[in-house]
Amino acid sequence: MFRVRVIPVLLGCMAASCSQAQSGSPFVNTNIFEPVSTPAHDVHALSLFVLTITGGIFLGVSSLLVYALIRFRCRPDDKTEPPQVFGSTQIELAWTIIPVLLITVLFLGTARMIFAIQDAPKPANALDVIVVGHQFWWEYRYPKYGVVTANELHVPQSTKEHPLPTFLKLTSADVMHSYWVPRLAGKTDVLPNRVNELWFDPHIPGVYLGQCAQFCGPEHAKMLLRVYVDPPNKFEAWIKAQQQAQTELPEEGMRDQGSGIRGAATGGATVVRVNAQAVNAAQSSNDVNAHTGQMVFERQACVNCHTVKGTMANGRYGPDLTHLMSRDTIGAGILPNNQQNLVRWINDPNDFKPGCLMPAMHLTDEQNEQITAYLLTLH
Amino acid sequence: MATPSVPIPNRVEGVVDQTPPRTFAGTYLEVIHDWVVTVDHKKIGIMYISYALIFMLVAGIEALMIRAQLFFPENHLISPFVFDRLFTMHGTTMVFLVGMPILLGFGNYLIPLMIGARDMAFPRLNAFSFWISAFAGLMLYFSFIGGNGLTGTGTAPDVAWFAYAPLTERAFSPGHSTDYWALALIASGIGSIGTAINILATVFSMRCKGMTLFRMPLLVWLYTVVSGMVLITISPLTACQAMLTIDRYLGGHFFDTQAGGSAILWAHFFWIFGHPEVYILVLPAFAFANEIIPVFSRKAIFGYPAMVAASVGIGFISLGVWAHHMFTMGMTSFGNAFFTLSTMLVAIPTGIKIFNWLATIWGGRVRFATPMLFAVAFLFQFLIAGLTGIMLSVSPWNWQLHNSYFVIAHFHYVLVGAIVFMIFSAIYYWYPKMTGRMLDERLGKWHFWLMLIGFHLTFDVMHIPGLLGMPRQIYTYEADRGWAIWNQIVSVGGLIQAIAVAVLVYNLVHSYFKGREAGPDPWDAWTLEWSTHSPPPAYNFASDPVVASRRPLWDLKHPEDPDSAFE
Amino acid sequence: MGTVPLEHIEHPEAWKLPSRGYVAMSSLIIAESAIFTIFVVAYLYYLGRDVSGPTPREVLELPIFGTVCLLSSSFFIYLAEHAITVGKMGAFTLWWAVTIVLGLIFIIGTGVEWDKLITHDHLTIATNLFGTTFYSLVGLHASHVIIGLIMLLITLVFALTGRLNPTHAERVKVLALYWHFVDAVWVVVFTVVYIVGR
Repeated sequence: MFRVRVIPVLLGCMAASCSQAQSGSPFVNTNIFEPVSTPAHDVHALSLFVLTITGGIFLGVSSLLVYALIRFRCRPDDKTEPPQVFGSTQIELAWTIIPVLLITVLFLGTARMIFAIQDAPKPANALDVIVVGHQFWWEYRYPKYGVVTANELHVPQSTKEHPLPTFLKLTSADVMHSYWVPRLAGKTDVLPNRVNELWFDPHIPGVYLGQCAQFCGPEHAKMLLRVYVDPPNKFEAWIKAQQQAQTELPEEGMRDQGSGIRGAATGGATVVRVNAQAVNAAQSSNDVNAHTGQMVFERQACVNCHTVKGTMANGRYGPDLTHLMSRDTIGAGILPNNQQNLVRWINDPNDFKPGCLMPAMHLTDEQNEQITAYLLTLH
Repeated sequence: MATPSVPIPNRVEGVVDQTPPRTFAGTYLEVIHDWVVTVDHKKIGIMYISYALIFMLVAGIEALMIRAQLFFPENHLISPFVFDRLFTMHGTTMVFLVGMPILLGFGNYLIPLMIGARDMAFPRLNAFSFWISAFAGLMLYFSFIGGNGLTGTGTAPDVAWFAYAPLTERAFSPGHSTDYWALALIASGIGSIGTAINILATVFSMRCKGMTLFRMPLLVWLYTVVSGMVLITISPLTACQAMLTIDRYLGGHFFDTQAGGSAILWAHFFWIFGHPEVYILVLPAFAFANEIIPVFSRKAIFGYPAMVAASVGIGFISLGVWAHHMFTMGMTSFGNAFFTLSTMLVAIPTGIKIFNWLATIWGGRVRFATPMLFAVAFLFQFLIAGLTGIMLSVSPWNWQLHNSYFVIAHFHYVLVGAIVFMIFSAIYYWYPKMTGRMLDERLGKWHFWLMLIGFHLTFDVMHIPGLLGMPRQIYTYEADRGWAIWNQIVSVGGLIQAIAVAVLVYNLVHSYFKGREAGPDPWDAWTLEWSTHSPPPAYNFASDPVVASRRPLWDLKHPEDPDSAFE
Repeated sequence: MGTVPLEHIEHPEAWKLPSRGYVAMSSLIIAESAIFTIFVVAYLYYLGRDVSGPTPREVLELPIFGTVCLLSSSFFIYLAEHAITVGKMGAFTLWWAVTIVLGLIFIIGTGVEWDKLITHDHLTIATNLFGTTFYSLVGLHASHVIIGLIMLLITLVFALTGRLNPTHAERVKVLALYWHFVDAVWVVVFTVVYIVGR
């Protein structure tokens, strides 16, 4: 007739076992109890504090209930009525005052944490990133470096000795989204006509996963987040690579190895250098295809939505493709970035992401291959 | 005539009616006509409850479809378009076409009987409120076959039950799905406000002699608070729908962010409705508990004045907590702190209520009939739901938990674990009064245990994917997230709950024809409805009752120890 | 064992409960106040946030005459309430008709104002935030005035055809309560739109 309720304790155990899960059992990269950054750590600590209090309340009240239900159950032949008790001022006062005290303790601890996280001062060397949410992908801009990219965010590792937090400014180009990478920080909503802020300082390099956490339309489920925490030198290298522009690919027989404007990399100015790697890649892949692909890309409607810096492609509606091949995934994190997936994606994005806003361009298979060959040069 | 389980020793003049109920000998058409044109609160109450139970089955099927799609990662059972309609309709149906009607239905049925009145204050308004609510539900479901019709996915609402702007603006939702949502909710809201006005007028103006406000059954108190809240909170929802429709059809800019409109304003207005709405749904569950737990513990409710104060307190405080649904939207730290505090404050009167129920049981003689089984489960489950609510009120932790499966687990713990369980309890308790027949106890126990196991399998486990980072309202999830096993357990629990509900439906139908005759007072209870025949005659009481305490029938049955000596 | 309950009622005949009409109308007023509050909040929130189009200061003129008419109609309807309570049906009909006329003047004034705003200032509900919130709020109030006028008119017809008599005093007063509410809302709307907003 009675059940023992240990749900919060069970929850705590499961959470703890999930966090031990690195050794052997499948590791969950979105576990909120596996923080790698200060806001997430703070929340984790606060949650344990809250769990202790609520767990205590639960154990106390439910054991009294269980006891009462057993002790005062009606014996089979008993038809008498028990003494009627209507109330007791002392008891009622006690069980009003004790919850007030508990709430006070809980609230003060919580309030302290709210101010600590939300009003944390921003150090001078913090990295600024502007995040723009779209249906159904993420745009990233690094204003200090002049870098624009999409869907995969790179941030530097931040250690105690060399703190280097990342401060995000979040806004939306269309409807409400939400930015949630559990191991880095709590989520913050991404609203149109409004700028919200979020910060984190991850201290362990690696890839951290998340996804959009506010229903934004049919492909809300496939608006994934990938945050790459790089050691500082690797981050610098990544930034430098992203700052380079592409060129119009040469036609066969007219290879140009090194022209281009070399400019100084000062804050805010864009660096324009020839992406020698791309030219080489064009040479080593099917040259005709890649160059033809660029022509197809630029003559079809692709350039209406996509930007490839250094070429005539200047569309802003879809993700920036300048360094597409520097990313592990396409489609906002849902597909590995390889030739086969690229071809299928261009053919009809709705195969993978029904309802996404990139239309099927109804090109021939050959055109799809050509465009892909071109995209493969965009390192 | 049937023998009541405990013979009522003496009949006070006018309180008990001895006339056997008139049997209706008419054609099917005449019976249907009688129900369609009725203004009798009992018939209207039964219509509300039946309507709600039908929609509960429909919304339950929608939930099962959701659970089937989420059983495997990257599942292709249901397209994202259909999935979005399913979860939107599941939520909208459960809140507006199940929750509100069934709770207002019980209120309609019980309040006049409990206060010794002949009917509600405005019987025709009562009928109008029911029929406009019924129309609202039919219009909402027509959306499935409207628009593209049966060949497409229809135009059922697909913007989530809280329909955040600007997703609902014409630019992002060009079809009619949002319009069906807005119009159906406006109609349903009119019905709810009508019933609220009716309940308040009935309670304040039609109590029988001697029944001061502090002698009313606690159920009546809670419905009074609910009705006051309905008046204040349904209007913001109506305002939202009006503003949205103005934007969509008249070119307005309320939520048009390109013209300077604000998405966060919708969230504020909606949750100013939405949060008190869930208290409107839960307070009637408390009302049922206040009547059922004392009867099956054989003791008066402990601390009646404190229960009244706590109920009113919950009503007021709940009007000031709404932005705890918006902790992640970028309010200032002071805003977040304020709403954390106000939300935590709700725990105090709520805790008082739980302690009072515990104290009612303490020292009693607990009888575990089916209504009491559901009520006991309610106590444990509501305690847990309240505690996960405290967890969610902690603003920084909320930044992780918001919009995740943890939140879904929390609010289903309240909606199913507290409210639906108490609705089941109320059904077993008052079905005999409404139909004159007892529900089968054995089937009741099967229903209870299946429901308990299924509920816990689903909603205890559901907290875990939330803690592991799974957001809500997603039609599928990646295989490498580690969420699959938990989703599978949750889905299995859903199936078990479906079987439990099937047992209930069978019990309801079978017992109507074959159930044991109940008599006026099968549970040996103490409030005025148990002094009438089962089912009561159309006029409820042959002459107006006069009461001298909170438990008039206890005084009759125990003249040596009447409550009136203590008041 | 007799009528135990009666022992504790000192004055059973003094069991007086509020009239259900008043309770119902007060409840309706609470609900309507809530919806007006939301539209007022929206109006205030969006003040000054237009990205284009006419602003309140540019196009709004104080509707003094209409306001005086509407607010004074509360006084006249009070006279009517008093008249029917003491049984003076003639006086009642007169004051009731004056109330209706004053309400009609207000509504016509609103119509003239809107005509000017639309044709002359090119301000519609779709123009900008000010247009949207202005027409919604003032329109919500105006629709409540129109509903009130319809109810008052029906009552006037009953009075003129001799069907209304002093036994209906309470129902008439409940209706008058609605009219007082409509006037009170205008005080708020007028202050927010024409004073604070400009």
